[in-house]
Amino acid sequence: MLDFLKGPIEAIQDFFILFGNTVRGFVKGPRYWDDVLIQMDNIGVGSFWITSMTGFFSGAVMALQMGFALAQYGQTGRTGQVVSIILVRELGPALTAIMVAGRNSSGIASELGSMKVTEQIDAMRALGTDPIHKLVAPRMIATAAMLPALTVIADFIGMFGGFIIGYFIYALPPAQYWSTTWKALVWRDVAEGLLKPFIFSFVVSLVGCYYGLRTTGGTQGVGRATTQAVVTASVLIFVLTFFITKIFVGTAPH
Amino acid sequence: MEAPSESVLRFESVTVRFDEVTAVDNVSLDVSRGQTCIFFGAAGSGKSVLMKAAMGLVPLASGRVYLFDEDITDLPEEDLFEVRSRVGMAFQESALFDSMTIAQNVAYPLLNQPSINAKPDDARARVKEALEFVELGGTLDKFPSELSGGMRRRAAIARAVATKPPLLLYDSPTAGLDPITAETIMALIIKERDLENTTALVITHRYQDGNLVANFRYNSDNGTLELQHHGTSKEAKSTRFLVMRDGRLIFNGNQDEIEASEDPYIRKFVKHPD
Repeated sequence: MLDFLKGPIEAIQDFFILFGNTVRGFVKGPRYWDDVLIQMDNIGVGSFWITSMTGFFSGAVMALQMGFALAQYGQTGRTGQVVSIILVRELGPALTAIMVAGRNSSGIASELGSMKVTEQIDAMRALGTDPIHKLVAPRMIATAAMLPALTVIADFIGMFGGFIIGYFIYALPPAQYWSTTWKALVWRDVAEGLLKPFIFSFVVSLVGCYYGLRTTGGTQGVGRATTQAVVTASVLIFVLTFFITKIFVGTAPH
Repeated sequence: MEAPSESVLRFESVTVRFDEVTAVDNVSLDVSRGQTCIFFGAAGSGKSVLMKAAMGLVPLASGRVYLFDEDITDLPEEDLFEVRSRVGMAFQESALFDSMTIAQNVAYPLLNQPSINAKPDDARARVKEALEFVELGGTLDKFPSELSGGMRRRAAIARAVATKPPLLLYDSPTAGLDPITAETIMALIIKERDLENTTALVITHRYQDGNLVANFRYNSDNGTLELQHHGTSKEAKSTRFLVMRDGRLIFNGNQDEIEASEDPYIRKFVKHPD
């Protein structure tokens, strides 16, 4: 009766097995630090421009909307406050993760998928390395290090985008914008804003690896794995952001 | 000098399944030291999967695999690296790592096999030696994408022989190559057999590949292949011909036996010399 649930539950189980094996592989070694650095460059530095652009324009558009809405209550001065809270808590982590998922979950899935269908994964095992240690762990570690960093940068650039709109369109004094932006944040917001990208990083990297490593069916299969990786990672990011927010809202001090 | 009864690889009722599909069906086979097994069979008959099972690269549904008299069937992945370091495999589509140069590809097993763990300097010398063996000495810093299909196959063979393993698995080394390049590849396989006295499994669709292995010997003085007396030579005796169909091993014999076979499926793979 519940047969339709079998597939997704098996997939979730396999995903957690992959996660467990990767963590265990990394703890036990061998560790491939060269590959970690290459992946940090690829995922972190490589995604810098798209996440910065996303941050800038999401901050700017929020300021544009909020400035307009708040003007009706004569509260345009609070624009910076609203922009910073929404950016740091929600949009910064979610949008950055979505952009990195689009860029790297797909990249990882297609790279590992191509390696799978051309027997390079088997060759790797035949030649003495475990693909979990050599391919998955470096991508997971690199993303876990880089995604929070990219998010912090995107948050700041987003605030700057909000400032440009506040200053040039709503004529907010810079000192007022930046002081409300700064004072709006408490440590809980920073914790939420860092915990989210840290958790999303595992989704971005491992979903890509998961679909890449189980690719079958030639180049067509690689295309399918890539699409599945991006779709799954993006949806999971939105689902998780809801639940993490719920936990933070539910435990907020009054 | 050699003990022909020494078992290098043994399959006991090996069955491999992928979901509902049975890829290898109850195959038993014993490969002795110094033998070369030539596998024929239609695409999808389970030859490649059987080869991967020999190294523990695919999980078995049932049966057991013994490599150098050690039961590897239930070994965990970490322990398999030790046995795999004594087996070299040249994969069907070369399976060279795209992101590495040819030299790095050939050095990979030397640097990464836990039981070999060569120093970079020693590895470099061995890489040059292995690439010169396959006559690709000038390609060290090239990437696989810069090489032709035949050169990639040769580089894959260099990678497989770099660690001087006593057992070599060649998955379709001549598939899709022109006859001249294919013969060069087969000459390398014979050269490796005669110089290093290796045991080998070779998958092929070309009957002449098996014919070369069974009847020719590598002459290291002038670097050419020499015809031996048919049927009586050491080469002919150590060459086995095997045919797979739908996952089952349906024939296992020497050249005379396969040429005498009346089975229409087997006859399709045999090109009778006139």
